[in-house]
Amino acid sequence: MSEPRTVSQAIGLGKHVNGPAGGLTILDGLDLEIGAGEAVAILGASGSGKSTLLSLLAGLDEATAGEVWLCGRRIADLDEDGRSELRGGRVGFVFQNFQLLPTLTARENVLLPLELTGTEGAAERADAALERVGLTARAGHYPRQLSGGEQQRVAIARAYAPRPSVLFADEPTGNLDQQTGEQIIELLLELREAADAALILVTHDPRLAERCDRRLRMRDGRLESLT
Amino acid sequence: MNVWRIALRLLRRDWRSGELYLLAAALVITVAAVTAVGFFTDRVETSIERQGSELIASDLAIDSSAPIPQTLDAEAKARGLATARTVEFRSVVVADQGPRLVNIKAVDPGYPLRGELRVRQGVDTLDEPAPQGPSQGEVWVESRLLALLGVRIGDTLGVGETRLRIGAVLTQEPDAGRSFFNIAPRVMMNAADLEATGLIGPASRATYRLLIAGEDERVASYRDWLEPRLAANMSAESASKARPEFATAVDRAARFLHLATLTTLLVAGAAIALASHRLVERQTDAVAVMRCLGAPRRLLIRIFVLRLVLFGLIASLVGCLLGWLAQAGLVDTLSGWLGEELPPPSAAPLLVGVTTGLVSLLGFALPPLLQLAQVTPLRALRRDAGRPRASAAITLAAAALALGLLILWQAQDPTLAWKLIAGVLGALATLILCVLLLVRLAGGLAGRTRGVWRLGLAALARRPSGAVLQIGGFGIGILALLLLAVVRLDLLRAWEDSLPTDAPNYFLINIQPQEVEPLRDFLAESGIERTDILPMIRGRLTHIGDHQVEPSDYQDPRAERLATREFNLSYGTEPQPDNRIAAGAWWPDAEAPPQFSVETGIAETLGIALGDTLTFWVSGHAVSGPVTSLREVQWDSFNVNFFVVSSPALLRDEAATYITSFHLPAGSDALIAELSRRFPSVTPLDVDAILDQVRQVIDRGVLAVEYVFAFTLVAGLLVMYAGIQASLEDRRAEHGILRTLGAGRRALLGSLAVEFAAAGLLAGLLASVFAETTGWLLAEQLFELEFSFNPWLWVMGVLGSGLAIGLAGTLATYPLLIRPPLQALRRAG
Ligand SMILES: Nc1ncnc2c1ncn2[C@@H]1O[C@H](COP(=O)(O)OP(=O)(O)O)[C@@H](O)[C@H]1O
Ligand SMILES: [Mg+2]
Repeated sequence: MSEPRTVSQAIGLGKHVNGPAGGLTILDGLDLEIGAGEAVAILGASGSGKSTLLSLLAGLDEATAGEVWLCGRRIADLDEDGRSELRGGRVGFVFQNFQLLPTLTARENVLLPLELTGTEGAAERADAALERVGLTARAGHYPRQLSGGEQQRVAIARAYAPRPSVLFADEPTGNLDQQTGEQIIELLLELREAADAALILVTHDPRLAERCDRRLRMRDGRLESLT
Repeated sequence: MNVWRIALRLLRRDWRSGELYLLAAALVITVAAVTAVGFFTDRVETSIERQGSELIASDLAIDSSAPIPQTLDAEAKARGLATARTVEFRSVVVADQGPRLVNIKAVDPGYPLRGELRVRQGVDTLDEPAPQGPSQGEVWVESRLLALLGVRIGDTLGVGETRLRIGAVLTQEPDAGRSFFNIAPRVMMNAADLEATGLIGPASRATYRLLIAGEDERVASYRDWLEPRLAANMSAESASKARPEFATAVDRAARFLHLATLTTLLVAGAAIALASHRLVERQTDAVAVMRCLGAPRRLLIRIFVLRLVLFGLIASLVGCLLGWLAQAGLVDTLSGWLGEELPPPSAAPLLVGVTTGLVSLLGFALPPLLQLAQVTPLRALRRDAGRPRASAAITLAAAALALGLLILWQAQDPTLAWKLIAGVLGALATLILCVLLLVRLAGGLAGRTRGVWRLGLAALARRPSGAVLQIGGFGIGILALLLLAVVRLDLLRAWEDSLPTDAPNYFLINIQPQEVEPLRDFLAESGIERTDILPMIRGRLTHIGDHQVEPSDYQDPRAERLATREFNLSYGTEPQPDNRIAAGAWWPDAEAPPQFSVETGIAETLGIALGDTLTFWVSGHAVSGPVTSLREVQWDSFNVNFFVVSSPALLRDEAATYITSFHLPAGSDALIAELSRRFPSVTPLDVDAILDQVRQVIDRGVLAVEYVFAFTLVAGLLVMYAGIQASLEDRRAEHGILRTLGAGRRALLGSLAVEFAAAGLLAGLLASVFAETTGWLLAEQLFELEFSFNPWLWVMGVLGSGLAIGLAGTLATYPLLIRPPLQALRRAG
């Protein structure tokens, strides 16, 4: 089966929520198309709806208008479990607060998605991924024994190990200092290249965004191109 | 894909990270307690039956007024059972001083099959066990007979047409209690000498007895074989139907043991609930991440269930092992009582243990875990994306169902179980209500206080549901400890006191009316204070209301026997001190109109209700009167008691003999000899042997119950630990923030101390109320014992708990304070 050229697409995407203080339209008729292997940076003020967009693109949440396509499937056609299965092995995540499981070691955290999707050769892949991020020596350590940068590297190894077609990163450097942040972005871009995966990177930092193929800004519920 | 493998791996990883220790400990304790008691009662019941067996010197005794056919022995032997024969009759023995009426028992070499004969070879020597009865040509006699006849060991006695040498003084005869109402001094002889005496002929009145002993199933099947073959003049009695005094004690011991198990189950259940709750809370983020990474919900559910089942199985097996070891230790402690040749415990309790473990774990942990699988993956991106609030109703219902099932199953007494369940539910509801009220109060107080106090009290008020859990956990833990104290100090002591050291050990019966006053004086002169000499009148129950009493009316063999037998009736102005009026009212004075008071047990057996008119046939005429009260009688008090007592007006004029009981210190043989000389018709009965046996059951029972309660204690401590752990997570974040805002360590430590001490005080107060109420209910309802309120319990409960929990909680949380604030914040993130 050949992967389609477009890995992620949003057409007329809208998200409206009813909060305690009345209704709020976060996304309003947003269009987006991301090709395989493309790196796209999404900038925007805090609260502008970047995370909401990611969650919709990844099928974590349901849109109130428009449609979302992920890896050639229309999200709205799938139920919750179908969306989980679609993500399995195809979608990687890197979070601002790392989201490593505290009861698992670095290596086991990387192993987890492979085991959950029943991937062949999980152990070898996990070890290779850890080596890629330079943490082979810390494989047996628990998250609490690692620095923030190291934790994020484990998270990147975890996202990368299943060889996904799309990698979503929501402010992956937000909890890190400048220097570590740059290293992390470096790593993300490197791995994207190696895996030929699309990268959708949410960040505040224009300097980091510079390094992506494309830069978009979120404003008033829509994306505007910056180049 | 192999779900089992993933489940096992995740389980192993969770275990290694220390996440499961608390839950495992709670589970292991529950299972260990249940299995230990299971294994143990298995054996105790056997040993208790053995003790019952000693009272009839066998497992099954067949009595007959005519010689018992040999076929019965032969069948028993063919089934691999041991047999022995005895013959008992009244006769006269002759010494130089003259003749004396005695109660002769001729025994064969097999006697006794159960229990122990003890004899004394000389006047001053100690008694020692004898493996079998006297050898041919010898008799053993009770020591008072030596005094009565003025003879010594080595002299000969004329027994019928032969002369037998007194070989020893008989000090213990296991089944002596059976001959309760026909005792003249005992003379025991060898059955082989019987023919030479010429005392037993076809027409002579004697009780022939065939004793049977062996494995339970064989005895039971022999009994089934025997039942249709019993002639009209024969009756069979099994060990378990032994004396009521004994049965009462054994019954209480069993109730205590079961109660101890149930308490452990409840307390450990709370620990399991708290630990599961915490486990689930901590898994929320992990689940969101797993769903992001592509795990479908049903996969997660399967993994969760499998992991839980695997964990439950392993923990339960460990618990079983611990239970088995504990049981072995317990048996070791009580070895003197249980005897060495007890069969090893059966494997059944293993099944019970594993089932208990799984049911309680699944009941408490599964519903919240399943709901956890519904967590939206969105939560990995947005912390505020809600987690599904585990539906409290479903969780509670599942937990209650699991616990209820286990209680019903373990209690073996549905009424007790239902009462317990109702009690627990009521207590839980009250607890939650009280905690919510008190937390609100603490919140109000916080507003009026400053600094450390304000921080501490506000912390308590800020999380009402957390506080309910935490204070509930503390409360249940303390409740376990206090209940332990109540049971130990009050209930068990009341039980021991129910048979004081000066409990009556002698009965005098057949006292003639003209002897009552002289006897009273004699006893008073001899320093025996107790001089309740009660009238006793024989009567047969003929009518209940208008209904004529026919033995065939009753299905129950005991009821049938009672309906045919003559009752011992009595009359009096006051009820016996150990009686309790359960329904109706006792008559006001000696001049009250004719009426009856009936013991509750027999009233139930025969179907007698308050207000029924009873008619008895007494010495050739009918007497009748209404039942105006029902009495509960404490049969194991060893006081003289009657099933049916009337007002004096009803029976005062009937021909009566009198009966009394009193405590006689050891070594008063001379007094009894003197009494027998002065009042020849009066028959003294020595019940020391039974008394000792009952006392032994109580002593050992108390020990066994304390042992089992040790599990409750551990469970109680666990629950409290779980309570402290429950809030640790929230606190980590909170303290990080407070410290970055500049709160000093000292202030935080102070606020922690205030918060935990306040929680401890509240929990202690609630627990004290519950413990006292429970203790009182147990004493009154379940054990029929006197209960006294214990002020110390309150002091210990409230202050002790405030102090202990304040200290323990602060210490447990202290490590959070030493960590730099940044780290605390980051970990919280
Ligand atoms: N489910 C929701 N209910 C209410 N408000 C929401 C919900 N999801 C997002 N929002 C609000 O929408 C806005 C955009 O949120 P988010 O996508 O997290 O922004 P960003 O990631 O760009 O900072 C925020 O103000 C947020 O509070
Ligand atoms: Mg965001």
